[in-house]
Amino acid sequence: MAAAATTTTRQKVGWGAGNTAAIVIVAIPLLWIVSLSFKTPAAITDPSFWPAQWTWGNYSGILTTATFVRPLLNSIGIGLIATFIAVAFASMAAYAVARLAFPGKRLLVAGALLVSIFPQISLVTPLYNIERVLKLFNTWPGLILPYVAFGLPMAVYILAAFFQQIPWQLEKAAKVDGATPWQAFTKVIAPLAAPGMVTSAILVFMFCWNEFLFAISLTSTLGARTAPAALAFFSGSSQFTTPTGPIAAAAVVITIPIIIFVSVFQRRIVSGLTSGAVKG
Amino acid sequence: MSTSTEAAAVAAPSEAPTSHRHKKPPLSEGARADRKLAFLLCAPAVIVMIAVAAYPIGYAVYLSLQKYNLAFPNAVKFVGLDNYGAVLTSAYWWQALKVTVIITVFSVLFELVIGMALAELMFRTLFGRGLIRTIALIPYGIVTVAAAYGWLYAWTPNEGYLSALFNNSAPLTSTVPSLAIIILAEVWKTTPFMALLLLSGLAQVPGDLEKAARVDGATVWQRFTRITLPLMKPAILVALLFRSADAFRIFDNIYVLTDGGNNTYSVSILGYDNLFNALNLGIGSAISILIFICVAIMAAVFIWGFGAAAPGANLTR
Repeated sequence: MAAAATTTTRQKVGWGAGNTAAIVIVAIPLLWIVSLSFKTPAAITDPSFWPAQWTWGNYSGILTTATFVRPLLNSIGIGLIATFIAVAFASMAAYAVARLAFPGKRLLVAGALLVSIFPQISLVTPLYNIERVLKLFNTWPGLILPYVAFGLPMAVYILAAFFQQIPWQLEKAAKVDGATPWQAFTKVIAPLAAPGMVTSAILVFMFCWNEFLFAISLTSTLGARTAPAALAFFSGSSQFTTPTGPIAAAAVVITIPIIIFVSVFQRRIVSGLTSGAVKG
Repeated sequence: MSTSTEAAAVAAPSEAPTSHRHKKPPLSEGARADRKLAFLLCAPAVIVMIAVAAYPIGYAVYLSLQKYNLAFPNAVKFVGLDNYGAVLTSAYWWQALKVTVIITVFSVLFELVIGMALAELMFRTLFGRGLIRTIALIPYGIVTVAAAYGWLYAWTPNEGYLSALFNNSAPLTSTVPSLAIIILAEVWKTTPFMALLLLSGLAQVPGDLEKAARVDGATVWQRFTRITLPLMKPAILVALLFRSADAFRIFDNIYVLTDGGNNTYSVSILGYDNLFNALNLGIGSAISILIFICVAIMAAVFIWGFGAAAPGANLTR
């Protein structure tokens, strides 16, 4: 690329400084939580940034009990399934919103926003009542359904905004050049749509992963409880101490799958064929 | 130059969805087929959203019109808009609204600016791009409550490094410093959300436009304000909409950091207290509906302000 050839030392230093600033700002509060997770219960109130004495106790404590490991597995399963369904349904709806003329489009767009901005504290109790009746309470589908429903609006908006900006003439151009509709879709449109789908998948997955209110209200046992909800059931070394160490350790463990998920998918967020593909 | 290309790219589908439909009159077979396809594509999403949300939302509206306190379960009766009157004449509501607006405005403003810078960094940095993208998104991946506890301990005198750094101060014991820390925790946690949405918008800015502008002698700032920003409008709108809706409903951070003490309670904390502590379902639901109305007004202002960049706006006129 031409840009790489004209890179100057000044640019390198500038971007390097930017990288460093971003990493430091993220890392300091993060390392404080990591540090808390390695502190002994007695040292948890020690204001020094790093523990004087490092311990794995908090980690072995949470990872040897089913009260944390099972919810972690629930979180992974529920998060992945809900994300897949939400992004699939949202892509279909967003394509219609961005590309097709149909009556009720404004109603759909406004209604989706309504669903996502309604205060969820008011929705918990009626949802609990419905799920009891439908035998969905304390099951995976009982959490997947609301996660899909409340993840959908954001995904539809992200994808509709994204699809609107895709130069769809390229699809026609590919067909004129002899591509089949399938080739035109997989070789031209899909790569252009990938960054939007990945972005919405990451954000929906993070929403499911961190969701607390529904997780704690719509589950009652380890069968369906997710990791953030499990945090609420941690107990300290005695009943008079807050379980800060175990909570910090659990927060670190819960964050690791997110890091893996993001590092795998972020590669797809690049400019597709847009660069130089459209002439006027 | 940038706007004309944008207009062409946005308008093209509505004018000519496919070549063979182009020649037919409006509401032709092609248009009807479009409608049918659109309904089929939207059906799964609409069905799930209605199945999950319709009854709970309707029930909340119904409750907000009742005098309904679980402490007095036999005294339930329809009171019309009395609950709304009670909330709107209460000093607690206006204090909570003031706090909520302050938190929303400052956190969204900081997040937009920092998020934009972070998105540019994640998109263009010369080395370690994958590493930067992954690290930058971590704060949003941390469970909010756990991150909030991290800040709480950091600012507790004799227990935290930040308090120690500032002469063992106890900022969480008075209003303004508490709000500043709540905003700090919120910005640190959710800027990655903003940045990721803006990054996906950046990925759609055609590289040749920028290159052409550079050849024409446009400065970095001119390229950013004249080309990048206008083309990113849809992404910015979505980021602003969902982030400000979330910021306005802030709950976890305040719950952990101050539990609403020192007049730092937000409208969601007030609603939660009425629903789950006072068990006053009527008043609590009225507060929820009022929160909803505030967020809806905010969303309408954003959508109106962004005009043609709003989802679905290009085809409806």
